[in-house]
Amino acid sequence: MKNMLAISAVIFTIGFVTIPVVWSDDDDDWHGMEEYRHRSTGVAAVTSTVYREECGSCHMAYSPGLLPAGSWMKMMSGLEDHFGDNAELDAETERSITDLLLANSADRSVYRRARKFNRSIQFNDAPLRISETPYFRHEHDEIPNRMVTGNPEVKSFSHCNACHTRAEQGSFNEHDIRIPGYGRWDD
Amino acid sequence: MKTPCLIFVALTSTHINSVLADNTTIDNLLQVYASQGATEVDAEQGQYLWQKTFQANGEFAERSCASCHTENLTAPGKHIKTNKLIEPMAPSVNPQRLTDQKKIEKWFKRNCKWTMGRECTVQEKAGFLFYLNK
Repeated sequence: MKNMLAISAVIFTIGFVTIPVVWSDDDDDWHGMEEYRHRSTGVAAVTSTVYREECGSCHMAYSPGLLPAGSWMKMMSGLEDHFGDNAELDAETERSITDLLLANSADRSVYRRARKFNRSIQFNDAPLRISETPYFRHEHDEIPNRMVTGNPEVKSFSHCNACHTRAEQGSFNEHDIRIPGYGRWDD
Repeated sequence: MKTPCLIFVALTSTHINSVLADNTTIDNLLQVYASQGATEVDAEQGQYLWQKTFQANGEFAERSCASCHTENLTAPGKHIKTNKLIEPMAPSVNPQRLTDQKKIEKWFKRNCKWTMGRECTVQEKAGFLFYLNK
């Protein structure tokens, strides 16, 4: 009986230690229990209707957790030339969207993937393109151009939801990836 | 003196009703534009501008409303850069369109500046409203 208890205890301990590692899916590093808690949601999903309406009319409503506060400040101060498009807002809406972005930016987010974006960006650096952050580049470095920029159904790395089917829900889990014309992607 | 005035009002409103679907937002905006100087507006003016191509500096050198919205107002469009679907502009197939004054002005400002390189005049905006809602 004592032996059985000891074996059970060992199995339980092994399970506890290994499960987080198994569930860490495509991630190549492991950063402790805080991130373990948030493993199932990569970045915070966008729920604000104002944000969805104002930022999601022309492109996917990117989660504020994909860039740090400095980036969002810079972005919001140049909406007249927003990557070549005009995205001007009235003062009141601009203020409320800026508040939302800053409160949920990568450097303030508790979500695992948001923190990875933030850690990859040098202090005081304020990139405007999510696709130019070191973490993004690292995660996409094995993907051939023909699947994205050369793929008429994707066209650009900025179209997250062309392949990440649950991007708008804040999930970038590799199991949800479907590259148009190619299908699943296994790291 | 009162009678001719009343007749005039009656004729004008009949004319508007026959051209436009029942949309108080558009009626209100047209009145605002008229008070700011828009005169003798019709759908042809809007159609002409909608289909006109403008030259611009930057990624897309030739720009028109149809670049994203297509020339068929009852069909969905696609954002020229992001590929994002744009619901049809015509209220006849998309009743949500042109029902929010603030939203209309926001998109006039953004899209006139991107397409034409300047804000639209009240005359041009009134023309667009007639054309989109015809």
